[in-house]
Amino acid sequence: MDETTRMPRTGSPFPPTRASVVQGVRSDDPETRKRAYTTLVESYWRPVYTYVRLQWRRDAEQAQDLTQEFLARVVEKEFLGTYEPGRSRLRTFVRTCLDRLVQNADRDARRLKRGGGFEIRSLDFGSVEGELSRLDPPDPNQGEAFFEREWIRGFFGSVVEELRLECEESGKQIHFQLFERYDLEEAGATYESLARDFELSSNDVTNRLAYARRTFRRIALERLRTLTGDEAEFRAEARTLLGVDVS
Amino acid sequence: MRWLSDRTVERLRAAGSEIDLTHTRYRLIEPIGRGGMGTVYLVEDPALDRRVALKVLDLPDAGGELTARLIQEARVLARLEHPGIVPVHDVGELEDGRVFYTMKFVRGDRLDRWVRSGVSLRQRLVVFRRLCEAVAFAHAQRVLHRDLKPQNIMVGAFGEVLVMDWGVAKILRNLDEEPTLRMTPEASPESLSARSPGASPQTRHGTVLGTPGYMPPEQARGESAQLDERADVYALGAVLAFLLGGRAAAEMGARSASKPRWGRGVPRALRAVAEMAMRAEPAERYRGADELAAEVDRFLEGRPVMAHPESILLRAGRFLWKHRIAVILLLVYAIVRALVLLAERP
Repeated sequence: MDETTRMPRTGSPFPPTRASVVQGVRSDDPETRKRAYTTLVESYWRPVYTYVRLQWRRDAEQAQDLTQEFLARVVEKEFLGTYEPGRSRLRTFVRTCLDRLVQNADRDARRLKRGGGFEIRSLDFGSVEGELSRLDPPDPNQGEAFFEREWIRGFFGSVVEELRLECEESGKQIHFQLFERYDLEEAGATYESLARDFELSSNDVTNRLAYARRTFRRIALERLRTLTGDEAEFRAEARTLLGVDVS
Repeated sequence: MRWLSDRTVERLRAAGSEIDLTHTRYRLIEPIGRGGMGTVYLVEDPALDRRVALKVLDLPDAGGELTARLIQEARVLARLEHPGIVPVHDVGELEDGRVFYTMKFVRGDRLDRWVRSGVSLRQRLVVFRRLCEAVAFAHAQRVLHRDLKPQNIMVGAFGEVLVMDWGVAKILRNLDEEPTLRMTPEASPESLSARSPGASPQTRHGTVLGTPGYMPPEQARGESAQLDERADVYALGAVLAFLLGGRAAAEMGARSASKPRWGRGVPRALRAVAEMAMRAEPAERYRGADELAAEVDRFLEGRPVMAHPESILLRAGRFLWKHRIAVILLLVYAIVRALVLLAERP
């Protein structure tokens, strides 16, 4: 029997309620606040940089400065304090604030990289630069859609990374490799070819892929819950991103 | 972190929303439809080497009401063995606790799409007639559909009609004999019964289930306890109006009890039939789907319909048209006879 079949029944594929970053940044506990800011920065720096580079057509250096400054302001000014869940999606709020920052950037030549006591870790802008050439030039009138698309790309990228780590830690590397071959690679492997390549039965491939997808969905929903302002936004995002209704 | 192409992102979205059939005997092929309560997937049953449709709730149902409703739907379908009602094969439970059932995979067009394929009035009425037969059968089993609409009706390649989506069906009286369910190993009778206490979820009075434009006023008011066969008759009237007009009844002004607005060329008798089925007062509608079917039969046979009383002139005209050959022969005979008489006169 495949090990995935011995897993205890969870009763629900959906994650338990986890605090959203919106609640986290408003916490009295410095550690909670720090965790929330770190999550925000990790989730947003790539789409913010890509958006500034392509939508606002800034060169790499300017875009790096603006991204650093924007993230610093997120931390320093506690700008999420003005965010009202229910009025707009957190992602839309972030994008609107970013637009405002870039619009004002020409008037404010002074760039200071601030941190408000939190260290913004070194961001690998070089890796994003290599990816920009693969993107279609954005429509100047579709800023919201472009930012959303890039945010979703970054979101799924981070979920895949977390899935890889989790599979490695639990000794399920094959599960991840199957997922990688079947769901990530463009060529589109079949169950039969995977069974042949990994010397597994088709049934084992089915079970292990199902485990990886189940875990992928759990991680995605957990992360989504932290990155949304309230329950309604979480549900809406779960439907938009994964096509699932969550209770 | 790896960079993901747009196509990979789309694949991941699909992978994240797929159901996990690991512990069932089915293999997922693709989603084929979505309703208010759940999603329908095309799956393969390797044991029988056939494709079937699998309906499952979109989310684990903490309250149990949707689960009970899905099980009820499966039981209703199991009870209604009729060529016009999609047959259920199996009931089970996914690893995450969601209940599913499998049914025949129906190949064909939804009525709203089928009607756009240039079918004649007679073909539409024949299909409607078959729809009435299926609904009349359900009524004979004391089951109301409560959500009849073109989107819930499939038409096969040979004009066969299948009524789908019995998710909000109502059983008019409790059954003395509960139908026996066939279970997959992972869905024991105990587990499903526990999740479906009483096995027959009752719609609370005041709850509105149905589709605007196709539900009668009493259903729209949430008077679920008062509903009877005539609620489905109303919906059938709206479907007939749709078939005659080619547009949704709701678009034709039939949101409540108001009469549909008709396009040109719709026979008066058929308009009257649809309007009678859609009367605001249930007592003024046909008493059942079979009565409505009989009206359509009368029209198809060139006889007067009950809903459209005819004047003496119209009746005479219909009589003459029906017996036109005999009438022509008589006229010819009379004329010839008259001519002969005239010729013989001195």
